[in-house]
Amino acid sequence: MDRLIRGKALVAGAATGEALISDQPLSFWGGYDHRNGFIIDRRHPLNGESACGRILGIPYTRGSSTTTGVLVESVKAGTAPAAVVCNRTDAFLSLAAIVADEMYGVRIPIVLTTPEDFEALKSGQQVEIRPDGTILIKGET
Amino acid sequence: MTILVRMAEIQEAEEMMDITQAHVDSAIYIGEAGLEFAERLAGLGAKVSVPTTLNVSGLDEHHWRDWNVPADWAEKAHRQMIAYQTMGCQPTWTCAPYQTETAPRFGQQIAWGESNAIVFANSVIGARTERYPDFMDICAAITGRVPAVGLHLTKNRAGQVLMRLVDVPRRLQEDDSFYATLGHLMGQIAEDRIPVLEGLKVTPSEDRLKALGAAASSSGTVALFHIVGTTPEAPTLEAAFQGRGPQSTVDITLSRLRGAWQTLTTAREERLDMVVLGSPHFSFAEFARLAPLLEGRHRHPDVKFLVTSSRTMKGLAERGGLLEPLERFGGQVTVDTCILATPMLPPSVKILMTNSAKYAYYAPGMLGTRVIFGSLADCVQSAVTGRVIRDESLWTG
Repeated sequence: MDRLIRGKALVAGAATGEALISDQPLSFWGGYDHRNGFIIDRRHPLNGESACGRILGIPYTRGSSTTTGVLVESVKAGTAPAAVVCNRTDAFLSLAAIVADEMYGVRIPIVLTTPEDFEALKSGQQVEIRPDGTILIKGET
Repeated sequence: MTILVRMAEIQEAEEMMDITQAHVDSAIYIGEAGLEFAERLAGLGAKVSVPTTLNVSGLDEHHWRDWNVPADWAEKAHRQMIAYQTMGCQPTWTCAPYQTETAPRFGQQIAWGESNAIVFANSVIGARTERYPDFMDICAAITGRVPAVGLHLTKNRAGQVLMRLVDVPRRLQEDDSFYATLGHLMGQIAEDRIPVLEGLKVTPSEDRLKALGAAASSSGTVALFHIVGTTPEAPTLEAAFQGRGPQSTVDITLSRLRGAWQTLTTAREERLDMVVLGSPHFSFAEFARLAPLLEGRHRHPDVKFLVTSSRTMKGLAERGGLLEPLERFGGQVTVDTCILATPMLPPSVKILMTNSAKYAYYAPGMLGTRVIFGSLADCVQSAVTGRVIRDESLWTG
């Protein structure tokens, strides 16, 4: 059975893909290689995983102000996640998605969930993000 | 303004507010999109409306040829530097703008980018800035307006987590590596909450507070910390929490600090290829501390020795006679940028030693190097002998 989570669309858009989820915050600067979409923070649990085209779930971003710059570069390079789900209102993710939209007309949805709902997300799930912020986890019981 | 208003809606701001100064991190070149954004704004004739300083760029404008920087990178990074100067930003090119004459005052409302600068401005000076991401900082500088949210508002500046130093020897508290390590641990514990530190036995210098903040804003999302009896919004424990009390209390013991200190080092080797100091950018006071340690000595021929700083601080150090000992030692200075922001290091550099927790945090992922974290004195000792020497007795209690 599918499972529905009601999130809030910080930046609205639609996406589907395989989930890549961690409960640890991530700095994209020094943590995400925009040339290939791989996570490169050696101290992060997702180190070595590719987030390109996936539904990336992290609680929020930490560290550098340049997180935004790296995410926009990845949109330009075609290596960005298909969407990002977070559980705090994250200005850095939101701003990157807004700039990507304003500059390139590319919509990377940024969806906010409660910490409890966030826990339902697991790496490997097939996930659909809808423009109203709804998250559909497919095949969940 | 469209970008700012869209952000205000997301952040549920009730209103926009004026700022009187900006520090822009967006001038760092990382790829085509950032350059395109900068040149598009500059091409439209955008000008900043408040005094605006610039963070590090992707290039040491005058010395990049001494290093491994590709010409194509240099050309694009330079174009991005020009675009921001065209918009009226001051070419300060430093991640330590709080140590220059343009530093803000207590209570001043500002819009700053650069995680370490944000935490210093809020915590040590008591100026007020949210954590501004790249692109938003320049939008704020142009419009002079930001959403009235977060750390701009008094009610959001209260401490949330109490960190108590318990039985941490005074001798350790007097060592510079203590502050970077404490910051690294603070970021891990606080995450995105506001930490309040109690129990410090010594009054830390400005550069030690700088090291602490830079570490805490790398390992965590710390944009404001309070130190009871030291920082301006924390004359007392009660004031630091605005009378509300902590959500949680964590004891910081020597063993916990030792654990954090150990995780900052990723190299297991005894040899090293390079010592790098100056993240955040080296200050005049740090040059003055370094110079006597170098006197009459020379680096090992296999170990490079680099200090990253700003043009202003390098100029002051030169006039103060502090660069000569560094040059005689065989050391170099890079300005405008840092080893993380420009591809300057040759591939032969595999093992770095540093006294900066920020360098230690980011270098393994960004540069693929292994790192050794040590005190300033450890770094100099190791550069001279060509093998890693650290005073571990400080951490064993």
